[in-house]
Amino acid sequence: MAKNKLPVSQQIQKKTSELVDSTQGSQAWSSIFRPGSIFRKGYSDSPRNRSYVIMNSVLYHLHPVKVKRHAVKVSYTLCLGGISFFTFILLTVTGIFLMFFYRPTAAQAWDDIFALQSSVTFGLLVRNMHRWSAHLMVLSVFLHMARVFYHGAYKAPREFNWVIGVMLLQFTLLLSFTGYLLPWDQLALWAVTVGTNMMGFTPVFGEQVRFVLLGGVEIGTDTLLRWYVLHVLFLPFVTVIFMAIHFWRVRKDGGISGPL
Amino acid sequence: MTEIPEHLRKRAAEARAKASADDGGDAAPAAATPADDAPKSEAASKIPAHLLERSKAAKSKKAGGEVEAAAPAAAAAGGGGVATAVAAAPAAPVATGPGGHTQRLLTVVKSGSIQDVKAVPQDKVHTWPHLLVVEFVACLFVLAFILIFSVFVNAPLLELANFNETPNPSKAPWYFLGLQELLTMFHPQVAGVTIPGMGMFLLILAPYIDRNPSMKPEDRKFAISLQTVHLMYWAVLTMIGSFFRGPGFNFIFPWNDGLFFEF
Repeated sequence: MAKNKLPVSQQIQKKTSELVDSTQGSQAWSSIFRPGSIFRKGYSDSPRNRSYVIMNSVLYHLHPVKVKRHAVKVSYTLCLGGISFFTFILLTVTGIFLMFFYRPTAAQAWDDIFALQSSVTFGLLVRNMHRWSAHLMVLSVFLHMARVFYHGAYKAPREFNWVIGVMLLQFTLLLSFTGYLLPWDQLALWAVTVGTNMMGFTPVFGEQVRFVLLGGVEIGTDTLLRWYVLHVLFLPFVTVIFMAIHFWRVRKDGGISGPL
Repeated sequence: MTEIPEHLRKRAAEARAKASADDGGDAAPAAATPADDAPKSEAASKIPAHLLERSKAAKSKKAGGEVEAAAPAAAAAGGGGVATAVAAAPAAPVATGPGGHTQRLLTVVKSGSIQDVKAVPQDKVHTWPHLLVVEFVACLFVLAFILIFSVFVNAPLLELANFNETPNPSKAPWYFLGLQELLTMFHPQVAGVTIPGMGMFLLILAPYIDRNPSMKPEDRKFAISLQTVHLMYWAVLTMIGSFFRGPGFNFIFPWNDGLFFEF
């Protein structure tokens, strides 16, 4: 009996490969991963598999299988568009965390933020990350715009993608500005007072614009609720749609612009 | 895109190498044949050897045709099977060209003249791993930067909002401080709405105003100068609004009077 037995390490190896085979052969596994996915057959480095990584995964939404050689040079794009997108994702994740601890009313907002910082695990850290990512996103979107301009990348056939990009810059500013009010501290209140007073000077419709923005004649708890909904739902929703069009057009217009 | 896949290109190169090796083998006897024939045929008449050969082939073909024409009659007679075979056998080498080739090149049609080639092959690399690795590393760097920055620098949280106590100075968020700076120079309707509105509008229209098709910096001196002046204008206004404005939004030097700026 004992002589027929394999060494333990080989037994484990055999069991493992059996388990892998039965998992990868199961209906559940093959329903999750598309035919040709590297998670079905495993990955070994070959041109075919390099294509399959993109072609048979959700990444195909974002990237083609092949890109121009100069497009992967960091010195050309400085990764600015990608950093903007990444900070947006980071802001979404940290923002969802913050939403668990925040009520948008004048009576509770400041106390909630204070409690978040003082008694929630990682509360202060996540709030800091949200704030600094927001500032970084404004900066990187702005620099991305400057980079695209200096490369002349807005020229045909990319004119309309530039228009979408400028809209996204404005949504970024609005997202940041609506978030500025939410802590309901002195900084938030008076920064927003200055900002909305400026918008109140819109020709012809000034009073109405200000009323719609504030949800009343002055900043108050209604303003807070309004800006909260704009900040966590409306503006991210619109921004995501514009980003989808922006990324789609990058590919449809022939990838990123050529080398100078 | 019309990029030729790597493996096809390799296969074509191999086939080409093989073909040229074969040609080299053929070329030697082909070159030898006319040299052998020349003394035999009338060299003095200066008729090129291959033309002579062609006429010879045509003659023998004609003869073969006569034989073939005769063949059905022979077949009717009963012994035709053999006659046809004999006639066909000499016909085969007759059709060959001077080099012993059974086919020849009439002309070369370049692909551009019959196909509309729109895309030129481009130098491309696989997105995985070349692009994804760069993106992943960039994401890690940004995440690390934000995480470390957040550990050491806290986001501001001043005291509870109070309508009865206006801080001095009251400043907008930093990205609007350029506009707030403009407010010190112009009427609010001009500084707060008209100028930024026009600025954004012109920015959106940039690709429709700039009709210059070139992307090279040396061809775009005017556009680049204009944009640089524009960006510097906002950067300087924002800097002044952020760091050089103190109580009452009066001009100060931050190294004398301290910083009046919150992120």
